[in-house]
Amino acid sequence: MSNFAYYIVCAALTLIVLTGIYLMSKVKTALFGNLLGAGALMLAVAITIIRNPGNLSIVLICLLAASIFGLIWSSKVKMIEMPETVALLNGIGGLASAIIGGIEFLTCTGEAFSLATAMLAVVIGTITFTGSLIAAGKLSKKIDSAPRSFKGHLTVSIILVSLMILSIVFPTIGKFSYTALFIGIVASAIFGTLFAFAVGGADMPITISLLNSLSGVAGSIAGMAVYNILLVAIGGIVGASGLLLTQIMCRSMNRSLADILLGKTTVSNSESSVPEHVTKIENSEKFDKNNSTEVLMTIRDAKNIIIVPGYGMALSQAQFLIKELYDVLTSSKVTVRFAIHPVAGRMPGHMNVLLCEADIDYEDLYELDDINEDFEKCDLAIVIGANDVINPAARDATDTPIYGMPILNVDLAKNIIICNYDLKPGYAGVENPIYSRPSGVSILLGDAKESITKLIDILKNPES
Amino acid sequence: MELLMVGVFLISSIVGYLIIRKVPSLLHTPLMSGMNALSGVTVLGALVATATSSKPIVQIFSGLAVVLAFTNVVGGFSVTHRMLKMFVHKRGEEDK
Repeated sequence: MSNFAYYIVCAALTLIVLTGIYLMSKVKTALFGNLLGAGALMLAVAITIIRNPGNLSIVLICLLAASIFGLIWSSKVKMIEMPETVALLNGIGGLASAIIGGIEFLTCTGEAFSLATAMLAVVIGTITFTGSLIAAGKLSKKIDSAPRSFKGHLTVSIILVSLMILSIVFPTIGKFSYTALFIGIVASAIFGTLFAFAVGGADMPITISLLNSLSGVAGSIAGMAVYNILLVAIGGIVGASGLLLTQIMCRSMNRSLADILLGKTTVSNSESSVPEHVTKIENSEKFDKNNSTEVLMTIRDAKNIIIVPGYGMALSQAQFLIKELYDVLTSSKVTVRFAIHPVAGRMPGHMNVLLCEADIDYEDLYELDDINEDFEKCDLAIVIGANDVINPAARDATDTPIYGMPILNVDLAKNIIICNYDLKPGYAGVENPIYSRPSGVSILLGDAKESITKLIDILKNPES
Repeated sequence: MELLMVGVFLISSIVGYLIIRKVPSLLHTPLMSGMNALSGVTVLGALVATATSSKPIVQIFSGLAVVLAFTNVVGGFSVTHRMLKMFVHKRGEEDK
């Protein structure tokens, strides 16, 4: 195949991949879009093997082994495990890019461009690998998910980044290649680990998006090192998509990317104000006993209900019970819709997958902008394991960390039932005024599963 | 050649960014795992590397890279497929 023809084929394959992604913007076409992407990638693999004939039998064995392993793995994954699965897959992709960078670094003829890009691929690939491993560990709760950072975190990060830059620069002027490779790998491995350790469970959607972006960038740069144009193009697309998702997540959580990268977390402020919360809890429990049954009973007459599932629902795995509640309600002609905040769940869009897994129609799942005006009109809002994303303080409490964050207007609903584990402020550490609203609120504390069972009971037994 | 590489990177990033902006948050998880599968495209680099040298050490490492990257591709796409099937599945029931 001539070079020109090869470029045409590369451009065509890139277009197919882009079309596939485009088709993934609608549920109806998404399945086809995914297959299109997969097909294009398989073609790309075939073309690359033809153009670079190496040891064919080894290559085929490797591909076959990976296919079998990949298929078995993916068929066993549960939907709740999706975040850690994506993180792990991401990590091994990053490691592959790092290895390619390493091979190219050691075998290339020594042009500055190849050396620099190869080393850059090693560094970014290694960060992706170690960062993803830690993130996957945290997501699967094998590692404690609380943010871990130490006093000198910023300084250490700066030193590590400088080391990485030096390890990229030095080989290009022909000095200390092997030492540089070694230092580059070690520094980036430590950096990735520290970075992922510093991020708390609630910030995970941001981390995963960012790591996803990095794995694309690593691939793309590895592509530059080996002069493979298709790899550069597709890696770039992945990098951009991850970055976009990271931006969306940051905006929806009111967090700046720099803060997360440098290990700044918001854990400290919740401790200082504990006594205050305790009294608040007592108050609302009293209030709970007096008034709440009225509000709870509104679920029987409500014709228009909006359910707001949050991180807590994902943690408690309550989606199947929610489906039961949804079935009971819809069977008596009640309109039930779900309001999904962009950061609900443990990775972008995770809540939608969990609810779809429980057989809830995706057409009843609404994004923030599409449903926010309807809270005023609905008869009842049911909040399940969400706090910060419904905290009206985000609208006007300028001195709080969540100020300006887009929230769901649950507080505008006439009646609200909140099924949260406890009354502690959410991750951002900001008191939620809804809890102390004088009327129209009922709070069911404890595990979301039990609270929802209680709601279902109320519906099924009208006498009680 | 170098400029072409950087140019392709920039253009594909921008085009990708523009297209992906259209994906609703409903589909963000499948999108991400799909993108994740695509990031296994680095398998192409690994395949090129297997052919660059017949040194055993290069063969071993590039073979390892092929396995890792292709696991990412196959696992990623099939996981995405499973997820998307759940979304579409609901449609079928509704039509009945």
